[in-house]
Amino acid sequence: MRKTRLMGAALRRLAAAMTSGMALCLVAITLCCVSVQDAHADALDDALAKFSTDRFPDTQAAIQELAATATPRAGAILDALAASKLSFDPATKMLYLTAASGLVEAKTGAPASGISESQLKRVRLNNGVRSVLQAAQGALTLLSPDPAKRLSGAEAVFKSRDLTALPNVELALAAEKEPRIRMAFEQARAAILLTDKAQDDIKRLGAIDIIKARGDQDAVSLLATIAGASEGRVKLAAEEAAKSIQARLALWGNVQNIWYGLSLGSVLLLAAIGLAITFGVMGIINMAHGEMVMLGAYTTFVVQEWIRAHSPALFDYSLFIAIPLAFIITGVIGILIERVIIRHLYGRPLETLLATFGLSLILQQAVRSLFGANNREVGAPSFMSGSFDLGGLAITSGRMWIIVFSLAVFASLLAVLRMTSFGLRMRAVTQNRRMASAMGIDTNRIDALAFGLGSGIAGIAGVALSQIDNVSPNLGQSYIIDSFMVVVFGGVGNLWGTLVAALSLGIANKFLEPFAGAVLGKILLLVFIILFIQKRPRGLFALKGRAVEA
Amino acid sequence: MQKTPLLDTKGIVFLLLLAAAAILVPVLFLATPANGALHVPAYLVALIGKYLCYALLAIALDLVWGYCGILSLGHGAFFALGGYAMGMYLMRQIGTRGVYANANLPDFMVFLNWKELPVTWWGFNHISYAMLMVLLVPGILAFVFGWFAFRSRVTGVYLSIITQALTYALLLAFFRNDMGFGGNNGLTDFKDILGFPVQSDGTRAALFSISALALGLGYLISRAIVVSKFGKVLIAIRDAESRTRFIGYRVETYKLAVFTISAMMAGVAGALYVPQVGIINPGEFSPTNSIEAVIWVAVGGRGTLVGAALGAVLVNFAKTWFTGVLPELWLFALGLLFILVTLYLPKGLLGAGADALARLRRAKAQTKPLPAAE
Repeated sequence: MRKTRLMGAALRRLAAAMTSGMALCLVAITLCCVSVQDAHADALDDALAKFSTDRFPDTQAAIQELAATATPRAGAILDALAASKLSFDPATKMLYLTAASGLVEAKTGAPASGISESQLKRVRLNNGVRSVLQAAQGALTLLSPDPAKRLSGAEAVFKSRDLTALPNVELALAAEKEPRIRMAFEQARAAILLTDKAQDDIKRLGAIDIIKARGDQDAVSLLATIAGASEGRVKLAAEEAAKSIQARLALWGNVQNIWYGLSLGSVLLLAAIGLAITFGVMGIINMAHGEMVMLGAYTTFVVQEWIRAHSPALFDYSLFIAIPLAFIITGVIGILIERVIIRHLYGRPLETLLATFGLSLILQQAVRSLFGANNREVGAPSFMSGSFDLGGLAITSGRMWIIVFSLAVFASLLAVLRMTSFGLRMRAVTQNRRMASAMGIDTNRIDALAFGLGSGIAGIAGVALSQIDNVSPNLGQSYIIDSFMVVVFGGVGNLWGTLVAALSLGIANKFLEPFAGAVLGKILLLVFIILFIQKRPRGLFALKGRAVEA
Repeated sequence: MQKTPLLDTKGIVFLLLLAAAAILVPVLFLATPANGALHVPAYLVALIGKYLCYALLAIALDLVWGYCGILSLGHGAFFALGGYAMGMYLMRQIGTRGVYANANLPDFMVFLNWKELPVTWWGFNHISYAMLMVLLVPGILAFVFGWFAFRSRVTGVYLSIITQALTYALLLAFFRNDMGFGGNNGLTDFKDILGFPVQSDGTRAALFSISALALGLGYLISRAIVVSKFGKVLIAIRDAESRTRFIGYRVETYKLAVFTISAMMAGVAGALYVPQVGIINPGEFSPTNSIEAVIWVAVGGRGTLVGAALGAVLVNFAKTWFTGVLPELWLFALGLLFILVTLYLPKGLLGAGADALARLRRAKAQTKPLPAAE
């Protein structure tokens, strides 16, 4: 008994599908010969006339004919009908619809004159009309000339898995040329076939393959539903496909986490790399390092403001102007700091710490007085905005460029230290100051320049960080502890250690986040580093020495 | 070895001043008419009481930094933990007078829809348990942290940086609602302490006197430590850690002991601070607070104890004055203070004063050569 009723339902659904299928054949035929403008207009008039008879079968026919004309107004009229905003004048049989702007003529979309809503009669709906209406609306979207609309239409069908949409989808599939949208239609068709139990197993198994190839979370939930609702081969195949998709998704999830981690790591690297010079190589605790980063970010802001005011065309190049400028400004400030304050405190690291902390307070307050305490908006040039997909990865261009940029800064810093005569002198001074001095190196000058270099790099980092963080006087503070952690974790006096530490801390953070939460993840990492320093007080890549107190 | 007396002139002057304040301020506050010339208004009592708590924190910090060379940038954490222990006791005293009138749960827990008191809060309705926690929580944290740090010979700036990371981690943790310590808002809206209303004049005066007493006691304990043999070893560690270790002292044990004692003193300071200020929130864990405490000690003169207390009061007085009159300039002033003190006053005010006095004496001795010889 129950089975026959089910069969009956299926048959009825099939019948409905066939009616709308026929309507779509009509659509297709009309689409093929829309060249005759008069016929087009007549068909539209005929269709619209049927709305005003106030009889459901006529309304159904009107909907189908209207869809078949495929005029630009058809979509608007059908939408109005669906929202019960379509009405007609019983006297003149003219159709009107209530748009946001008020009453308009249905055929032309021109504002209606000389008539008020109270004189009109609404076009009534019943379930039969509604289902025809839905099919027609779906068909209109699926055949829309706008590719984006077609794609979203296909997605909507995939999600709703409405059996009646099958003929529309097949028709649209046959007409579709763009491979991406074709695939979407095929997936939509497969979803319908899978849901339709009347289809034979061969077709449904084929459909499972197509859904499996789609491979996202929607596909998994669809397959799970199907596996739950069917038996035999289909159930097995659906389960297996769902499992394989999930495995793939988990893999991509991990890859995505690594990518986010690299992105965070590159930010840490940028913030810490200048510190790796001043703290790591020179042994100066510079608590004002974060403020150098902040000054770099504000330099970007000022450059962009200037560009906006004077030559907006240059906006895309604003970062390229800001980078050298930030380097010079913060570098010079760094040299000044070294000459005025730090020079007197060599060999007294704790005092250096306090003095530079005082300096950081002054710089913060100075910026606050100059630019205000609020966040300043720094825009992203066009190449930094947008995103693209790579396999199962969603990559934002801004993040990608920051990773590239941080690695470039790292490489060039390494090159400066290894290949230039300044780098050689700097390494000599840090390894053995008195011997270097005896060899004729002006150690005072090298100290100042090296500190300037570290500060300048912090400034460059500020330019990059202005793209992803709020530019406020507190910008630096949020990075200073992280930066010190990175340098200490990586090992003092070793740039490679800084690189490894920054990236691994970034990745570890992103893997901890899903189950520990962002804050707790960070706390766990801090605790880990605190414990790690106990174990290896000189960091991951420690310089080996013989001194008791290094 | 020459024995250093427990109290030198500085110490006696300090304790006398403190005793005078402990008696005079409450008397002038309670017993003089409100518009009299000698009347001390209520806000001033709370303010000076706050300074006294800061001074105790400064002495605790001076004990480890000035005498043992451990620059802790995380002493604010111990201060805040003591404060939280006190705050939890005060929260439990609110009882049914909260907004939600729940006898068992503080308001914020009712708000978070918690059903029962978390284990961390058990026992905090008893003052004795709360007082024990004021000492134990900072003490145990300092002991565990120090045990790991000193045993692996983490010294100098590395230690400073990880103490800073410690307080930063606690800051982040206490901001979380699910930690069960009031999250962002912290603990506030206190009503009673030991049955007396927190806001009443008598309670304020008593809290003030207790703070002065605690400061005096803290000073005496610290002074007793630094003049003892134990204290001499601490100074030896500060000046030449490796040499002390080679001589045969267990440097870690000494450091650990003094670090733990200091953390407990900081906890007591925090516990007295909370009822006078009326609120404790995670902001107290902020690394900036801890560094500010360091500058109090530096300004007053580290390794002097009295100087640390003096520095705390002076800097905070300046802060109160600046933020009232020229709020924009306070951070400039504080920043400059950091720089100028480290560059030009490495021994702090007290050290500079002593130097100047010594120079003056020497100069006097030279200008008046042997008047009796005539």
